[in-house]
Amino acid sequence: MKNNPVKRTIFYIFLVFFLTFILFPFFWQLLTSVKPIKELWSIPPTWIPSQINLSYYESVFFKRSFTTYLKNSFIVAGCTTAFSLFITSFASYALARLNFRGKKSILCLSLSVSMFPAIAIVSPLFLFMRNCHLLNSYWGLILTYSTFAIPLSLWNLNAYFKQIPLDLEESAKVDGATPIQAFLKIIFPLAAPGMFTTAILTFIAAWNEFFYSLTFNTADNMRTVPVGIAMFPGDYDMPWGDISAASVVVTIPLIIMVLIFQKRIISGLTAGAVKG
Amino acid sequence: MISLHKKKTIGVSEARLGYMLVAPALFCILMIAIYPILKTLSLSLYSMNLQSPSDTKFIGLDNFKTLLSDLRFLSAFWNTIKFTVCSVAFELCVGMVMALLMNMKLKGTGVIRAAVLVPWAIPTSVSALMWMFMYNDQYGVVNDILTKLGIISKNVAWLGQASTAMKAMIFTDVWKTSPFMGLLLLAGLQGISSDIYEASAVDGASKIRQFFSITLPLLKPTMLVALIFRTIEAFRVFDIVFVMTGGGPGNSTETLSLYAYKTIFRNLDFGMGSAVAVVIFLFVLVFAFVYIRVLGKDTL
Repeated sequence: MKNNPVKRTIFYIFLVFFLTFILFPFFWQLLTSVKPIKELWSIPPTWIPSQINLSYYESVFFKRSFTTYLKNSFIVAGCTTAFSLFITSFASYALARLNFRGKKSILCLSLSVSMFPAIAIVSPLFLFMRNCHLLNSYWGLILTYSTFAIPLSLWNLNAYFKQIPLDLEESAKVDGATPIQAFLKIIFPLAAPGMFTTAILTFIAAWNEFFYSLTFNTADNMRTVPVGIAMFPGDYDMPWGDISAASVVVTIPLIIMVLIFQKRIISGLTAGAVKG
Repeated sequence: MISLHKKKTIGVSEARLGYMLVAPALFCILMIAIYPILKTLSLSLYSMNLQSPSDTKFIGLDNFKTLLSDLRFLSAFWNTIKFTVCSVAFELCVGMVMALLMNMKLKGTGVIRAAVLVPWAIPTSVSALMWMFMYNDQYGVVNDILTKLGIISKNVAWLGQASTAMKAMIFTDVWKTSPFMGLLLLAGLQGISSDIYEASAVDGASKIRQFFSITLPLLKPTMLVALIFRTIEAFRVFDIVFVMTGGGPGNSTETLSLYAYKTIFRNLDFGMGSAVAVVIFLFVLVFAFVYIRVLGKDTL
């Protein structure tokens, strides 16, 4: 069965088809980003650039505020990840391990909050941020991003904490450790891989967020990458060269990250939705 | 007796510790999500425009009554439904094929498993821009490929006309999210024991028969979760539409989220915009309720 040549051939035809479907846009983006200006505007499009032209990259890095967007995105996504992970590591430990009433309601509440449409909470948040002078600031976004970051990491961490055998903790308690000590000395190190996975997922979610960033941080020097790139097009011109160069710069680190942490990301993504 | 007493005090202090540890996360959720949603519900009952904040007054359900006769709202509603149904249905089919492919024990599945994460990982606005350029009527590669394959004879302005703009956006969304669907379904497939397949193969069941009588029924819970989850996401679609068409041409691709956004932040009509947002919220709530019921049975 395994070496059935027909099956193999069909498999590889599908494989090539899907790989092309998935990766073609990136490949095209990469080609576009190095095309000489004339070839960028040729009809029909030139496929293979006659020479490598790096002027769009130069323009992205030196003429536009792209590096500022990168910096903003790093700060916002990094702080969101740290903030929500810090808060939820305690909470999800308690939810997974300690006995108290209302645990189920808290988990349900956070799950429903994660599904709130951003548009349904944006206007009060906007008014609140405006009153607190948090528009065009990092903190405004970091706080807002916790609406999706906290439920996300709460559920993920809860699943990881539950996987850790209860015996370890019990024996620590028998040895006279307090719940806090048990958490810090035993659970925390064992949960580290799970926390790392959760951190990657949260970081990517915060890095890609568009809607709040668009509405709250309207000043050019406070924009994050997804919004900054989307604002490249002017009123009359479409700087496709710059857009593709910037997209390549954003995409490559993400591709590398995804390749390195592939297994973790997949397990984290599917943990919530499928009973393992 | 003594040990019983001691156990009780531990129980109490444990509960107290539990609440203490949960409190910060709970506080954030209440402040950043629960309070705003209640506030939106109340805003939707007011006439409130930031251009003249002093005219704010309570008008009950009048905003919703206005919406019912607002043709632009009704068209946005219809567009949202169209987008949601089509993209989720296609994603399920494409995702299923991807999952079956990745579940085969042949060389090369690792490559595709890594590749599917890439569209998922990049920002939606960036992928929307990438596709926008590919859809361009003159310089776009989509027209070029289709012309070379003989499918079209003259260039199509994919995003420039009402009849194709929505389809082009749905296609982009399918490209972006079916990998995610594929991964979820793959996890479900891997949970099905291979014994069942072997037993049915012994009984002479064909591959196709196996798919419909074993795979699909056993995959139903996973499919349901993935479907509802994606439906909720698709129903609140914003990024793709905002970047690719801005709702145009005309308002032919405007979705509810985009309409609400424009009402709130361009017209500064917070009352009416909140009413649109409440409609979105209520729809999502229904799906979310089903989702939590389905998921809750397993994990809570």
